[in-house]
Amino acid sequence: MRKLFKDYEVRQYVVQVIFSVTFAFSCTMFELIIFEILGVLNSSSRYFHWKLNLCVILLILVFMVPFYIGYFVVSNIRLLHRQKLLFACVLWLTFMYFFWKLGDPFPILSPKHGILSIEQLISRVGVIGVTLMALLSGFGAVNCPYTYMSYFLRNVTDADILALERRLLQTMDMIVSKKKRIAVAHRTMFQRGEVHNKPTGFWGMIKSVTTSVPGSESLPDLSLIQQEVDALEELSRQLFLETADLHATKERIEYSKTFQGKYFNFMGYFFSIYCVWKIFMATINIVFDRVGKTDPVTRGIEITVNYLGIQFDVKFWSQHISFILVGIIIVTSIRGLLITLTKFFYAISSSKSSNVIVLLLAQIMGMYFVSSVLLIRMSMPPEYRTIITEVLGELQFNFYHRWFDVIFLVSALSSILFLYLAHKQAPEKHMAL
Amino acid sequence: MAALDRVKVLVLGDSGVGKSSLVHLLCHNQVLGNPSWTVGCSVDVRIHDYKEGTPEEKTYYIELWDVGGSVGSATSVKSTRAVFYNLLNGIILVHDLTNKKSSQNLYRWTLEALNRDVAPTGVLVTNGDYDREQFADNQIPLLVIGTKLDQIPETKRNEVLTRTAFLAEDFNAEEINLDCTNPRYLAAGSSNAVKLSRFFDKVIEKRYFLRDGNQIPGFSERKRFGGGTLKSLHYD
Repeated sequence: MRKLFKDYEVRQYVVQVIFSVTFAFSCTMFELIIFEILGVLNSSSRYFHWKLNLCVILLILVFMVPFYIGYFVVSNIRLLHRQKLLFACVLWLTFMYFFWKLGDPFPILSPKHGILSIEQLISRVGVIGVTLMALLSGFGAVNCPYTYMSYFLRNVTDADILALERRLLQTMDMIVSKKKRIAVAHRTMFQRGEVHNKPTGFWGMIKSVTTSVPGSESLPDLSLIQQEVDALEELSRQLFLETADLHATKERIEYSKTFQGKYFNFMGYFFSIYCVWKIFMATINIVFDRVGKTDPVTRGIEITVNYLGIQFDVKFWSQHISFILVGIIIVTSIRGLLITLTKFFYAISSSKSSNVIVLLLAQIMGMYFVSSVLLIRMSMPPEYRTIITEVLGELQFNFYHRWFDVIFLVSALSSILFLYLAHKQAPEKHMAL
Repeated sequence: MAALDRVKVLVLGDSGVGKSSLVHLLCHNQVLGNPSWTVGCSVDVRIHDYKEGTPEEKTYYIELWDVGGSVGSATSVKSTRAVFYNLLNGIILVHDLTNKKSSQNLYRWTLEALNRDVAPTGVLVTNGDYDREQFADNQIPLLVIGTKLDQIPETKRNEVLTRTAFLAEDFNAEEINLDCTNPRYLAAGSSNAVKLSRFFDKVIEKRYFLRDGNQIPGFSERKRFGGGTLKSLHYD
């Protein structure tokens, strides 16, 4: 929490509590999976803990967090200050309505269970969470090689940067001189006793077309100058952003010449191969409508046993290997999520909406973790899947995997397109200089 | 009239403290209706009468350069911002009275602007002696302004104001606390307006007047004098 809020303070104690509670319960879920594999604790007590955990998480995700989000959003809007609670309830009801509607187009319900059962809620939370995961993974899969590999870096020289900076300063000087003329004109008008109200609003503009004020010969000039100033300010903003971009690229070039940079460059090649392979697999899964029945661990062991002819004690090793694999997946996904969220948060934080953002993050994190539990089931050998299947009830797990693949593919392709456009656009701007 | 002498004052502070609103209030005497994020730098101009009411009254342009961003930005953004810090004559430090971190970040802002940036250690040393030594030989006048005064409840006002008084003392600067959406705080004749005008006078003095009271020729007259005595006192 401190890291997220280096520059701002989180006022409300409630927000901090909710965030920490969400995080804690999500981690407990993962611990339970690990315990499952290791065989720690009694089986029935594990089951009980699963149920309890799930109930609490769902309660938080579906009831408390959206309510508080609505409450804080409403308190930011100054108009509705009086009836905060009322409007917060209204917002929450709207959210519940949409949440419910979400379940309809998807084949995830089995008609046996009632309305407010765990399965219903989990299925919907799972859908949202899986979409999120797939979006993030798709984007990450494409962005990762793009940032790491220095093949994509454009060549930036110091002369380029200096030229841009000079242009920026020239633009600022022009803005300043124009503003001086406006200020001087205003002051002389003020001293002469003509207090002239600028026509504001729609009706003001219509009125100023037909009527004319004596002594307003200076006014058309002023509005012309004002327009020029606005255009110049826009230009200065663009130049500033470009200069910042050039500085960042130059830093990256220097970084890539160090050992660390070279190492990351190398890893970048591996990652890009891995990402391409994942995209390929996703396409195949969709095209051939295939969902893997066996998990990677058992399959890997089968392959080694068959090809290498080594005698393995399958049960013993599969337990350990799957434990390690699941552990790695969990740790890297948590870490990746938190890092992405921190970066995203820095980009959009402001002191006004910090509460809302923290709650949104808690919501996203909770949904992400719940759905990653769903998907992890795929990577575990069948004997460990039972408890998840038991607790989560009759969900169509295959549907979730298909859905993940589809969204992953869509997100990866669109981010490729987006990055390609962004990459193409930048060198053209340099040509125009 | 466009040949008035000019003075450059930076307006620094964290994102969202109200720099753009403040600059608009200072230059146009009107409240800014739709504040939005400042990307890069926005400049505004105020016409100031130096030594108003005395026979030596002279009008100057004061350029208020409002630079956006945060102290924790990447080095690339910092080096881009550094292009605005040339030829500085004065600094207005803006912090948010409802947000303690923004006042702590003012130390780093000052260091960045005076080109003496220290690598951020994550722990801010606010020992009074340490900071005063850093700023002891500083020739550039500073002014500390605290915004959003209206959002502090009456009960907490005293402790907040004592804290900001310490802050201003550390910088050896005057301080003003106001609310940028209310022009009443800077009404002519109020103590805030007097402090502001004293600050601008100080900035103009440091820029244009030598210690013994002779005036340094301004930009328009530099061609005649050939810039003889200017070198030692310019922050080029």
